Amino acid sequence: MDFTNIKEVTYRVRRFDPDRDATPHWEEYRIPYAPGMTVLDGLWLVKELHAPGLAWRSSCRMGVCGSCGMLINGSPRLGCNTQISELETTAVAVGPLPNFNIIKDLVPDLAPMISTHRDLSPFILRDDHEEMEKPSGEFWQSPEELEHYLQFSYCIKCGCCMAACPTYATDPVYSGPMPLAQAHRYNSDSRDNGFAQRREVLAGERGPWRCHFAGECSRVCPKGVDPAKAIQLMKRELVADYFKLRQQHCPAKLAETPKGMTRREGVPDAPAPTVS
Amino acid sequence: MLTAKGYPNRLGIWGWLGGGRWGLERYLYTLHRLTGLGLVFYFLLHILVTSSRAFGEAAWAASMGRVTGEMFVAGEYLVFLAFAFHAANGLRLALIELGWGVGKPFEPVYPYKTSVDFQRPLAIVALLLATLLAAAGTLDFFVLHGEVTP
Amino acid sequence: MTRDGKLWTWHVLAGLVIFVFLGLHMLIMHLDGVINIASLNPAGGHPIDWANVAARGKMVFFPVTYTVLLGAALFHGLYGLKNILFELNLGAAFKRTVAVVLLLLGAGLFVYGTWAAFAGMALARSL
Repeated sequence: MDFTNIKEVTYRVRRFDPDRDATPHWEEYRIPYAPGMTVLDGLWLVKELHAPGLAWRSSCRMGVCGSCGMLINGSPRLGCNTQISELETTAVAVGPLPNFNIIKDLVPDLAPMISTHRDLSPFILRDDHEEMEKPSGEFWQSPEELEHYLQFSYCIKCGCCMAACPTYATDPVYSGPMPLAQAHRYNSDSRDNGFAQRREVLAGERGPWRCHFAGECSRVCPKGVDPAKAIQLMKRELVADYFKLRQQHCPAKLAETPKGMTRREGVPDAPAPTVS
Repeated sequence: MLTAKGYPNRLGIWGWLGGGRWGLERYLYTLHRLTGLGLVFYFLLHILVTSSRAFGEAAWAASMGRVTGEMFVAGEYLVFLAFAFHAANGLRLALIELGWGVGKPFEPVYPYKTSVDFQRPLAIVALLLATLLAAAGTLDFFVLHGEVTP
Repeated sequence: MTRDGKLWTWHVLAGLVIFVFLGLHMLIMHLDGVINIASLNPAGGHPIDWANVAARGKMVFFPVTYTVLLGAALFHGLYGLKNILFELNLGAAFKRTVAVVLLLLGAGLFVYGTWAAFAGMALARSL
C-alpha cells in the first residue's frame, strides 16, 4: 500500500479500566499520520488528542527495553519497532498482549512470566561460590563458545513469544518460550555448571515437552532470539542426558593474569570498586 | 510464584486453532493434533473390532460386516489420509524436536532467519511425502479397489 | 529425569517404531493394489478376507509385530491424548482422573489385543 498521500489513520484500541469496566471493549480514534510514524507514536497522539487516560508501557522507543509489546493487527510486536506503513493498512488495531491478564488498557501483567523465569535460575551457576561472590578475574571463553548462547542472550523479555505460543494460550503450567530459551542460554554457556539444578524444573511438567514446534515464538521475536531453536536444542540436551550421552562441559576456568608485563606509560590505575 | 492480577486474557482453544496471523508451521501443528485425535479414536475401535480374529471365521465375518458400507469406507479413507499426514509430519517433528534441522545458534542480523526458516525444506518434504502417500492411498481406495468390499 | 521428559522421549521413540510397523501394516492393508506382496495375501481378493487374515495369522512374524505395534501405538496415542487434555488446564483432579483412566484403558486394550493376536495364531494354525 502506498502511504505517500495518507494524512490520517484509524486506531482501534482495546480499552479496559478495572475500576469502571466489567469487560474490555474496543474504541476507535482518528489521528493525523506523518511519514515515519510508529504504532507507539500513534498511541501518544491518541492520548494527546482523544483519550488522556489511555495506559500502556513504553520506555526506550527503539526496541531495546522490551516494554511496549502489544498485539498489533493480530500479531504480537513491539509498538516502537513497527512502522504504521509496514502494516499495509490505515486501520491499526492495538490490544494488550494475549495470554497475560490485563491490568489496564494495553498493560499486561507479565508477573507469571517473570516468576517462571526466576524459577529457572537465569544466571551463571558454579560450584566455586567463593570465586562467584568475590571474583579474582575473568572466566575463559572462546568466540565459538560465545556463539553457543549469544543469540539467546539478546532477549529483552517483552513477552511477544508468550503471546504467540499456542500451548501457553491454554496451559499456565508450561513455562513458555521466554523462560525456556533463557534457561537454555545459561545451560549452553561454557562458564555455567547449573544444568543439573535447572533440570529439576526442565525435566518435569513445566519443561520444554509441551512445545510442539508451531514456530510462532521465533516468528514474532523482535530481536531474532529464536526461542523455538533454543527449546529444541534444549530437548536434545535433556534426552541425551536421559540416555547418559550428554557431554559434560567443565565450567570455564579462570583466565590467568598475564605475568611479566609492564604497563604502558600514561595508563592510569583502574578506579576503586564502587561496591564492596 | 507471583499471582496474576487483572482481567484474564488467555486465548484458550482459539489459540490452538489460529488466533491471529500465523505461519505454515502453526497450521501443521494444528493439523497434527486433529489427525492424531482422529487416529487414536479409530485405533481404539480398531483393536476391539479386529480382535474378533481370536473367535474364528464367523466372528470375524460378523464384526467386519458391522463396519461395511460407503460410510465406513469413507471413514477409513479419512483415516488413511490422517495417517499419511501424521506419519510424514511426525517424522519431521521427531527430527526437529531432537534438535536437527533448526540451525546452529548464531549472531542474529536483521532480517532475522529463524529455526522456522531453517526447517522449512523439511516441512515441504513432509508435505510432499504426505501427498505421495495420500495419492497412493486414493488410487488404492477408489481405482484399484473401486468396489465396496467387506 | 522426572516423568515428563522420560515419557516424551519414549513417545518420540514409539513414534518411530510406529512409522515402521504401521507403514508395513498400511502397505499390506491399503496399498495392496499399488504394491502387492502376494505371499502375504495368498487367497487374493481383499487383504481383510478371512482366508488372508488366517494365512498371515499363522506366521509368527505377524502376532509378534502386531503386539509391538499395539504397545507402541497405544503408548504414543494415549500419551498424546493425555498431553492435549492436560494442556486444557482443567485442574488437578481432572488431570489425575485422565491419567488413571488412560493408563487403565491402555493396559486393558494391550492385554486384550495381545491375547487376540496369539489366540488368533493358535486358531489359524489349528484349522
